[in-house]
Amino acid sequence: MKKPYQKPTILKLQVGFLREKKSSLSRMVRQEIDGVPVAELVEKFGSPLFVFSEKRLREQFRYLKRLFEGHYPRVEFSWSYKTNYLDAICRIFHQEGATAEVVSNFEYEKARRLGVPGDQIVFNGPYKPKEILRQAVLEGARINVDSLDEILDLEEIARETGEKLRIGLRVNMDTGIYPRWDRFGFNLESGEVLNVARRIAAGGKLEVVGLHCHQGTFILEPEAYGRAAEKLVDLSQKLENDFGWTIEYLDLGGGFPSRNRLKGLYLPPEVAVPPLSEYAEKIARALLTRLPAGDYPLLILETGRALVDEAGFLITTVRALKRLPDGRRAYILDAGVNLLFTAFWYHFRVEVEREIPGPPEPCVLYGPLCMNIDVVEESALLPPLARGTRLVLSPVGAYNVTQWMQFITYRPRVVLVTEKGNVEVIREAETLEDIVRREKIPEHLK
Amino acid sequence: MKLKRLAISEEGFVFDPETGNSYTVNETGLLILKKLREGLSPEEIAGIMSEEYGISREEALRDIQDFLEAMARFGLWEEKYG
Repeated sequence: MKKPYQKPTILKLQVGFLREKKSSLSRMVRQEIDGVPVAELVEKFGSPLFVFSEKRLREQFRYLKRLFEGHYPRVEFSWSYKTNYLDAICRIFHQEGATAEVVSNFEYEKARRLGVPGDQIVFNGPYKPKEILRQAVLEGARINVDSLDEILDLEEIARETGEKLRIGLRVNMDTGIYPRWDRFGFNLESGEVLNVARRIAAGGKLEVVGLHCHQGTFILEPEAYGRAAEKLVDLSQKLENDFGWTIEYLDLGGGFPSRNRLKGLYLPPEVAVPPLSEYAEKIARALLTRLPAGDYPLLILETGRALVDEAGFLITTVRALKRLPDGRRAYILDAGVNLLFTAFWYHFRVEVEREIPGPPEPCVLYGPLCMNIDVVEESALLPPLARGTRLVLSPVGAYNVTQWMQFITYRPRVVLVTEKGNVEVIREAETLEDIVRREKIPEHLK
Repeated sequence: MKLKRLAISEEGFVFDPETGNSYTVNETGLLILKKLREGLSPEEIAGIMSEEYGISREEALRDIQDFLEAMARFGLWEEKYG
């Protein structure tokens, strides 16, 4: 029998309309973070307030480390500073055994200040000022080169030191994902990498000992990592054969997703985001099937978001209520895109501190800035909230406390709920003095 | 090719990573998308649909054209074969 025919249709999905389905009030309530009541946190430390969970940070790190170590014998996690470079957060990861992955002079200096030895630092980034590059060379950092000009800088430093320098090459390639990040490092398919390798070998001042590839961000395709690993192994064998170098490490960068709801994705993250074990499996399979037995270069992973995002919360308070001309409710919160840079990419989980009666309805959550773009969530489904109600937004652990802006208002406190359940301030709220301290008024304006 | 970068699930959810827009297609819509991605022409797909669903090739082709127009309005279909 023929199947019943239905004319083909394609419908564009609207955000508000979609999200009604699985919402239930019980899922939207969060009274505490790691056992500390939300109300108590706000009373003591104010609102808005970033809250990190030490327990979640450590647990996620241990899980990921053991997961990858279970698949491949030599793995190093290098903590991606740009994702969250608060001292306390970095310390936790360093205590767990992570090295530091930095991309600028500021991040390099911050890692050194925290006591990370130079040889425990992976130095990436498209612009490494000469001075810090020299320091990184002298301190034995792993330097992944992004451009030919950087190679020239390094050759000059090699002439100064009189020693051959060991470097890594940053490689970009087609791993079947879109968009392709091709502005960093040297392209594989075009043959640029090999040309650069020939140039390095001819110079005689540098030696390539590592390969690095960072494909992009929030990559939902584990197989892309498998392909990147395959290509890096093939390239390393070619370099070893052609130039006599020994490739000691393969760095697959970061880009692993967290359980955040990416805008435009219909399915909830629990369904849409592949488990990290799939990434580990694809990478290990690519490496173990291609490498000669017993020859295991160090696998470096610069996981940022997947380690820290879900350990971070932002408590914010409803400060005003509005009704928009189209009939929707709107709330003005004391935290906006000044604090939540990732609101541009994600629909956060929005939880209310206590159960509130009334039917959930679509509403808009605005921040406190006098800017049209200051929208924390364009379509949340919440019961009617009273002024003063506290909301908990998550996951917000990645990028927000580095990309936040001092704009219009002060940045709030950041606290850490320790493994023992104590609450420690890990960054004080800004004051007027913090902001104006670097300003100067010329004589004639005084 | 524009179609290639769409993420299409077995359940008929379509995500365009360039615009961030999501779409839903029904069973026949999904069939057309999949076959287009395999490089089949609308005429060839019409043949398959008339076989599978017992409709005439003309009707199938007309519906496919209509579907492609809807796709074009969403910016998912640019020209005759891509």
